[in-house]
Parts: sequence; structure tokens; C-alpha cells
Amino acid sequence: MAEEIDLSPAPGARGVRGDVVLEVSGLDVTFPSADGPVRAVRGVDYALHRGEVLGIVGESGSGKSVTSMAVMRLLPNTAQVKGSVRFDGRDLLTLSEVEMTRVRGSRIAMIFQDPMTSLNPVYTVGAQIAEAVRAHHDVSKQAATERAVELLDKVRIPNAKDRASSYPHELSGGMRQRVVIAIAMANDPDVIIADEPTTALDVTVQAQILEALAAAQDETGAAMVLITHDLGVIAGQADRVMVMYAGKPVEVGTAEDVFYTPRMPYTLGLLGSLPRLDRPSERLTPIPGAPPSVVNMPPGCPFGPRCPKHTARCDESEPELRVTTGPGHLAACHYAETLAGQEATDVFASEVADHEALAGLAAAAEGAGTDGEARA
Amino acid sequence: MTTVEQGTRTLLSVRNVVKHFPIRSKGLIRRQIGAVQAVSDVSFDIGEGETLGLVGESGCGKSTTARVVLNLLPATSGEVLYKGQDLTKIGRGEMRGLRRELQIVFQDPYASLDPRLPVNEIIAEPLRIHGLYSDGGRDRVRRLMQTVGLKPEHGNRYAHEFSGGQRQRIGIARALALRPKLLVLDEPVSALDVSIQAGVLNLLDELQSELDLSYLFVSHDLSVVRHIADRIAVMYLGSIVETGTAEELFAGPAHPYTQALISAIPLPDPRKERARERITVVGDLPSPANPPSGCRFRTRCPKFANELSDAERTRCVEEPPALVERGQGHPVSCHYAERRALL
Repeated sequence: MAEEIDLSPAPGARGVRGDVVLEVSGLDVTFPSADGPVRAVRGVDYALHRGEVLGIVGESGSGKSVTSMAVMRLLPNTAQVKGSVRFDGRDLLTLSEVEMTRVRGSRIAMIFQDPMTSLNPVYTVGAQIAEAVRAHHDVSKQAATERAVELLDKVRIPNAKDRASSYPHELSGGMRQRVVIAIAMANDPDVIIADEPTTALDVTVQAQILEALAAAQDETGAAMVLITHDLGVIAGQADRVMVMYAGKPVEVGTAEDVFYTPRMPYTLGLLGSLPRLDRPSERLTPIPGAPPSVVNMPPGCPFGPRCPKHTARCDESEPELRVTTGPGHLAACHYAETLAGQEATDVFASEVADHEALAGLAAAAEGAGTDGEARA
Repeated sequence: MTTVEQGTRTLLSVRNVVKHFPIRSKGLIRRQIGAVQAVSDVSFDIGEGETLGLVGESGCGKSTTARVVLNLLPATSGEVLYKGQDLTKIGRGEMRGLRRELQIVFQDPYASLDPRLPVNEIIAEPLRIHGLYSDGGRDRVRRLMQTVGLKPEHGNRYAHEFSGGQRQRIGIARALALRPKLLVLDEPVSALDVSIQAGVLNLLDELQSELDLSYLFVSHDLSVVRHIADRIAVMYLGSIVETGTAEELFAGPAHPYTQALISAIPLPDPRKERARERITVVGDLPSPANPPSGCRFRTRCPKFANELSDAERTRCVEEPPALVERGQGHPVSCHYAERRALL
């Protein structure tokens, strides 16, 4: 399976403006554990272009967060990281800690899920933004503070000047996340990595934060990696999408490719499992089973045991990402083409409860119901 | 108020329920200096075999309402009528008998199962408490496990050996053990990944039609509620602001909050999602200890901010809008309610 793979976006894709800013290749992360090595990330490749939003989507344990932590070199020392992360002509994985510190926060900024843990509770938010500015620029305290107020204004915090002297606990969750976005914007980064930035927030606040993120991206012209489990957020924000499963990308393409013509059964299954706001209630098609343990994974396709298209061929070797409907649309499935024109309901059986047991239970309920009443 | 559809018998009625949590001063005396108005005058009915979805954002009082309904929290005032009895006024002994018929499934399947009991004991516990285990309890536990999609031979395992989705199924089996009439489901799928969540939702669908259960389904997720509920009540800051059948509410939401909520939920469809009209609310939830006068939503209301004249606004500030039918096809608590198609 040594096919030439083109990981660049399809020509004419929305929002692609210019060159590759970040190129991840062959990224592999292994953690030691009592049960044996945990292969959290097993070969991730992507190229991020200036100004685009790459959405990484997957369920818990798919390796989407670990991938980005590895890019930022924020994993504990016990993690074994292989591969390369090219940024600005250098491989970030080979930089010294001092050099890496210069990149972090200034050239690549990161936004985490929980703003309460990314902010320091004992400093005002203004001081924290000013600190981020001064960490990478030789400016006076006053200039940094002014810049902090300006940034708070840009992320649409009302009365930015007053708010700069608030402590994190005095702000709501949405406001805190805006502060974190302001810190990320502070040094005009080339790349913003946002890891589940709205997961802890209510939907109406989520909408506001997504707007603030888009504004931050416009303002800085940065490319963004948006990590989330929410397919709706991905559909609205991402130009290109990477779907991860068991530590590997299993489908890559434009948002349109992935949502309208998925070529990996897992992606189709995810879409079929989603209850939809925009359609009247229909039966959902859950994906049977559960994701595999990434300790001692058997050979073959990791999705095989849950896949309705599964054959003996899938157990022999793990399918590589390959081109499907167009040059930028890749899927890791031997049977990708058979998904053409199929809906989730055609491929996945809508799981039915054990009807025999259910009927037995219903019957027992009737019988015992009268008993119970007699006894009472 | 939200009432059941014609032809459905009412199972449970909630009337003007109020729940305040006292705020006390520091020091020795701990005098009451205020109250968090978690639930303010909430009324609804649940019909037999019907699902009522109670939806709203964090802090709107939906979970508190659910707990008051089950008498797990005492109501400050109001009535919860079940089989002609007011649950808020009956004694512990009587309530214990009724608990068989009113069961709950909690959100967090990690915290709600005893880590020291094997699963068959977790499911058997309600039967033992009510003295029903000796009468074929073992068999019933096996059947319950089978029904919710677990292997009965795994009954000797402990909760930590199961995945999140399986644990939630254990919670459901436990709730079903006493053959309840009403299940209160408090965010039952919020902790689960989507591919797992779908299986639990389908299971709930099937259990309902087979066992003729009624559900009070509490959730922050409108997509999930649309999927499972027959009728929906939208809560904001302790009150129901709009209610109707699921179909009706999504076809023509008339309260500005419901509209904002629907338009804020991202659709997993790139073209639709990017072309959508957005109605955004401003600011954050006011404190329920000191809610705004008049309409509680007015401080964040896009209509109040952008569309109303000063004279119209005065009414929002002074007069709390009642939850009544205002010619929009379903009850809505906004003086200036207006249906809008958003999907």
C-alpha cells in the first residue's frame, strides 16, 4: 500500500490561502503503562495551510488531543514521540526546550477546553494577557497593559478597560474563554490550536465563542487546528476535516467531502448516530461495540470489529489512507467505493433491543403487577 | 402550563412548583439573607406512555425540577399530583411505596453505581429493598440485563469493568427493576460519545413502547430532545418560557430564547450550517438569587435590545409575561411572541 498520497487540500477549497505553515508527518506517540505500551497516536500526517481551519474530530480516546499536545511538545517526558513536525523550516520535535519556549505562545498558540485551569486564579486577566505580550516582546508594562485592553475589546468583552482588572473567578465561563482567546491572539501567532474550546460551555455561549474564535483568526491571519467531538461545530467552522479513530486519521477531506460523501464506514456511522435538530425524529443507527483498546492492538483495521463491511481482508493488514472521490479526499478503507450513494441506515443495522427478553419483561410486569397489588 | 394531548391519560401533574434554596449569612446564627430561586412557578403534565422533554442551559432549574417531582428535594410550594395524591405532602412511608413507580436514571454513570457491588447486585438492590427479590428476583435480574443489551453472564462483574454506555444501561436496568410507570432521565446520554449515545436513545425508545413507560427527559441538548420527546418545555432561569409538541416547537418557535437556542445549535451539515440565520443572545445568565424584574429573559433578549420601542420595553420590565397561548399555536411567555421558521 505504498501509494503516493496527496495531503494538500483540493484546489479551490474554501479558505485556503497560501503556503503550508505546519506539516506533521509520521507522528507516533506511545505511553508506557503497566499493561504494555499504549499507542495513543499511530501515524498522523497533515499539512496546515495559512488561513485555513483544519477540524480534527473523533470520540474520546481517538488521539485527537494527544496529537496536538505532541505538536506543542506538552506531553510528559515518559511519552515516546516519533515523526516530525515541520514549522518555519525547523522540526519542532528536535528543538531545545529554550527554543521551543520561544515558539509556544508566540508563533503557535493553544486554547484549552477548561478556561478556569488555563488561567491563573491569583492574577487579574489584564495582567495575564500583558504577561503573554511581554513574554515575547520587549515592551513596557504600560504598553503591554494597553495592548491587553485592546485585545479584550477585540474578543468583545464589554467594558474591556474595567474588565482587565477582574480576576478569573469574577467572570463567567464564556468570558473566561474569551480571555484565553485574547491571550492566544496576543503575539499574532501563525497557528492557533484550539482543543475542545467550547465543550464546557452552554450552546448560546458556544455560539458567541465560535464567533470570537473566527474573529481572532481573521485578525491574526493564523491557521487554526480545531479539535472537537462535535460534528456540528466542525461543519460550521472547518475548511478541511480529519476524522480520527484509534490513534489514526481514517478519513480526510473538505467539510463537504466528509459530510456529504463519507467514504469510511466509521464516519458514516458517526453521522448516522447523531440525532438531528433539522429533521423530524427518525431511527438512529448506532455503531455497535466500542472502540478498541490501544494496548496490544491486533493487526488489521481497528474499526473492523464494529464494521458492517468487515471481511477477512480487513483483518490481514490495516488499510492505509488512499484517494477516494477526489485528490484531497482520503479514506482508510478497502471498501470505500462501496459506500457511494449509501446512507447510514443502508449500512448499519439500527440496533434492536432483545425483543424476546423485553416481551418477557412486559409479560412479567403484567402478571406481577396484579400480584403486587394483591400483596399490598 | 403544558398539558397532555387529547386522548392521553395524565399520569403526573406538576402545579405551580416553587423551589428556593436559602442563602445564609456567615457566622454562628446563619440568618437567611436571601434565596436562590431555582424553580419559580413551574407547571406541567406528563401523560401515560408519553415523553416530556425539559430543556434548558445550565442553571435553568431543570434538574432541580426533576428532583422536586420525585420528592428527592422538598418543594417550597406547589403540588406534584400522582394518582390523586400530592407527593409534596405525603409521609415517608407512603412515598416509599410510590417510589416503586417513580424511578430516576442519573447523568453520570461513573458516580451513580456502587463500585463495591457486582452488577447483578446493583440491579437487584431495589428488589431487595422492596422485599421482592425472593419471588424470582434472580431470574428478573437476568432478564433485565438481557433487555438493556448486557450479557447476563457478566452479572458478577463490577461497574468499573464496563464502558460508559454499558454503565448507563446498568442504571436503566436498575431503574426498571421495580416496574416503574415514570422514569425521570436526568441528562442520561450527556456523558456518552455519539456512537454510544445513539444506542442508549434507541433502547429508551424501545423500552417505552414495549413497557408503556412515561419519561421526563431532562437535557441541555435540543437535538436529543427533539429526537426523543413528544412534548417539550423550554426552561430559562427557573421558569418554563415555551412549550408545545416537538413538531410544533421546532416548526415555529415563538419565544426569543427558544429561537436563540435553536439557532445556536450547530447542524452537522456544512452548507446549511454556514447559510443559517443566527439569533444571538448577549451576555450571561443573571443570578437566580436576584432575577430581573418583569420578564426574566429581557436582559439578554435580542428582541428587547433591537426590535422593541421604549414603550414596549416598559412592559417587559414591569409585567412578567404569563405562559399562555398567544395565537402562536402553543403557550409561550413573551409579550411580543412571534413565530419564526429557523430550520
